[in-house]
Formats: sequence, C-alpha cells, structure tokens
Amino acid sequence: MLLSPEEWEIVRLSLKVSGVAVLAVLPIAFALAWALARGRFPGKFLLDGLVHLPLVLPPVVTGWLLLILFGRTGPAGAWLERWLGFTFMFRWTGAALAAAVMALPMMVRAIRLSIEAVDRRLEGAARTLGAGRWHSFATITLPLSVPGIVAGLVLGFARSIGEFGATITFVSNIPGETRTLPIAIYSALQVPGSEGAVTRLAIISVLLSLAALILSEALARRGAARGFGGGHVL
Amino acid sequence: MSFDVSVGLRLGEARLGASFRSKSGLTALFGPSGAGKTSLLNMVAGLLRPEWGRIIVDGETLFDADEGIDLPPERRRAGYVFQDGRLFPHMRVRTNLLYGQRLAPRGRRLMGLEEVTDFLGIGTLLDRWPRTLSGGEAQRVAIGRALLSSPRFLLMDEPLASLDVARREEIMGVIERVRDELALPILYVSHDRAEVERLATTIVAVER
Repeated sequence: MLLSPEEWEIVRLSLKVSGVAVLAVLPIAFALAWALARGRFPGKFLLDGLVHLPLVLPPVVTGWLLLILFGRTGPAGAWLERWLGFTFMFRWTGAALAAAVMALPMMVRAIRLSIEAVDRRLEGAARTLGAGRWHSFATITLPLSVPGIVAGLVLGFARSIGEFGATITFVSNIPGETRTLPIAIYSALQVPGSEGAVTRLAIISVLLSLAALILSEALARRGAARGFGGGHVL
Repeated sequence: MSFDVSVGLRLGEARLGASFRSKSGLTALFGPSGAGKTSLLNMVAGLLRPEWGRIIVDGETLFDADEGIDLPPERRRAGYVFQDGRLFPHMRVRTNLLYGQRLAPRGRRLMGLEEVTDFLGIGTLLDRWPRTLSGGEAQRVAIGRALLSSPRFLLMDEPLASLDVARREEIMGVIERVRDELALPILYVSHDRAEVERLATTIVAVER
C-alpha cells in the first residue's frame, strides 16, 4: 500500500506523539500505581478518582482543562513559558501531553494490578537473604511487575494512537504538529473526494493497533515461559 | 546460648507471647497449627515486629523493645527456609542460590556454590526454573539458598510439610548434617512429634 509523503508524515507524527507520551508518562504511572497498590495515606480514594478521571470525562473536557492549565495564560503554561521558554500550545509536545493524560488511567490500572499480584512474601524472603528495601524492589518486585508494565505501555500506546477529542481541543489541528492519525482522518472526511486517503489512513490505524497487540502477546508469553505471572496481557 | 527469645505481640484478638532459651544445636518450636509458631520465626527474622520483649541470637541483640533496637531483616543474617520454599519464580535455580551469596559480607563466606550443591545433591538442577522442580528439589534449593547467604543461624518453618515420606527422610538427613557438620544454630518449627524428637536438641512447647 502506497502512502503519499504527507500521509507518511502523519503516521510518523502519530508514532512520535504516542511513543513519547507513553514513555514519558511511564515513571509517573508506575509511581501512582505503586502508591495506589501499596500506599496507605489519607486522600488515597481521591487520588484514585483523579487518576481515573480522564477515563470517564468527555475527552473534550479533558482537553479544555489542559487548555486552562497549560494555555499561555494558564498557571502551569505561564510558568513554563516564563521560566523555561517552553509552551505546549499548538506543538506536537502538546499532542503528546494530551495523549499521555488520556493514556495514564489505563497504564496505572495495568501496572497496579501486576504490583498487587506480586507475592510480598517473596520480598520478605529477599530481605532475609540480605537485600535492603531498594535491592529487593529492584530484583524482585520490579521484574515481577514487568508483565503489567508491558501491558500498560501497549494499552497506553493504543489509547494514544486513537486520541482525538482532548488533542483537538487542547492543541487544535495543525498539519505536521498536532494532526495525528484520527485528526487527519477526520480532516480528510471534511474534504470531498478524499475517500482514498481516509481508507489508507484507517487501514494504517488498524495495522498499528494490531501490531501493538501482537507484540504485547508475544512479550507476555515470553515472560510466562520464564515464570512470570499470567501469559496474557489483556 | 544460641537463642534467647522473649517476645509478645497482639494479633487481632489473640495475644501471642513466647519466652525460651536454648543452647547450640536445633531448637524445635513444637505445637499445634495456629499456635503462632510461624509468627515467632518471622519475629526472629525481622519480618514481623514484636510489641515488647527482646531477641538475642548467639550473643547479638537483634531486637530489644526497651533499648529501641530493631535490626532490619537484611542485617540479621538469618537463613530462613520457608514452608513453601519461596524460591524466586523469575530466576533459575543458580540465580536463586546465588541471590544471598552476592549480598553476604565478604570474608564471612560459609560455603561456596559447589560445596553447597554437592552437600545437597542439587548440581544437576542449576539451569532449571523453580516451577519445574519437585517439592523435595525445591526444598533442597531453598536450604541451599539460605546456606549460601552465609547466615549466622537458620530458621526452618515446617520444611518437610509438603513432602512425601521418602523425601522427608532425605531432607531430614540434610538437616541433621547442617546441624552437626556446619554447627549452625537452628530454630525449627514443626507440629510433628516424631520429626521433632529425631532432630531437636531443645524442644520448646508452644501452646495456643
């Protein structure tokens, strides 16, 4: 299947936006998953709700909240521009931020489940063998949560590739910066006679999602063969 | 004096308290299931914090509520053999065995890998994954892992419970050799009278 240079650019941009989004948000997702799985603190219920909010809010509202926070006059946006000369507005980084916020709940869920599935008695065994807290975390807990981290990355990536509402509300529809696959498909649909482009981009979307799922299954099976928990990611 | 333990803890409604002293050899904590024997081992290992009392092993104070001493588990150097083996599922047998050795203080090595595998007859298992081991094999690897961490004493929680008669005999022989040849103090939990009478130098009755 042959794509035009503009269409390749759209695919490349989508991969960049989603890839950067899930990798950048992974440490945050892990920290939140850890706090929710293991932490005992007041306000845990509230944090749980906040993390899951993008999952249930209309994406347009999430985009609007991002605009209020990170817009040029928003508290975070003004601070970033003033002190770092950096802005998310109308840039691909803004699309990545929107994608990351939308991917966060799915990533936290997947990682949290796998942290909760780690047998804490194994950590105790590691401690009696001379491992401090950090070493026990790095050699026991972290490797045993890898299936959840992989699942989180894949789910988050799939969610990011499909992200539309929050992105277009937050950073608009700018070719080469924020026009990712779904937004490009939507834009093409507005132009008479571009059915070919719509079909090609839609097929690319299907292939990307499928590839992500197959990859995650393969990784999970390899993990299961090595004695990690369950052989399925989803 | 090997073990000098006097501790107490409230676990929900129940109060768990124990006080015993023993000389070298194998000290058996003997009593019915549910009497809190495993909790006592966990307190000595540092995995469960007593509310009062003190724990002294081989002259070193591991815990003393009044003095505010509470060594973390990694500094107590207990070789804990759990009832279920508790091998790390994502590591091969060799890596499991070496886990504690790498963390043990240098110059205090009790035994090397080859010595331990010969001693326990587990040389052929080194490249296997824990889930492919039989109960007896897993228990021997667990004992090996504990020995390789160069412990100052061993804690054993019903290490024969999940084994058939032939395997029990075999592991009992191993435990006797650890007791006699390595001369490590052992705190051993069991509810089996015959087992305790054969292995123990000191018997502590734990009641519900």
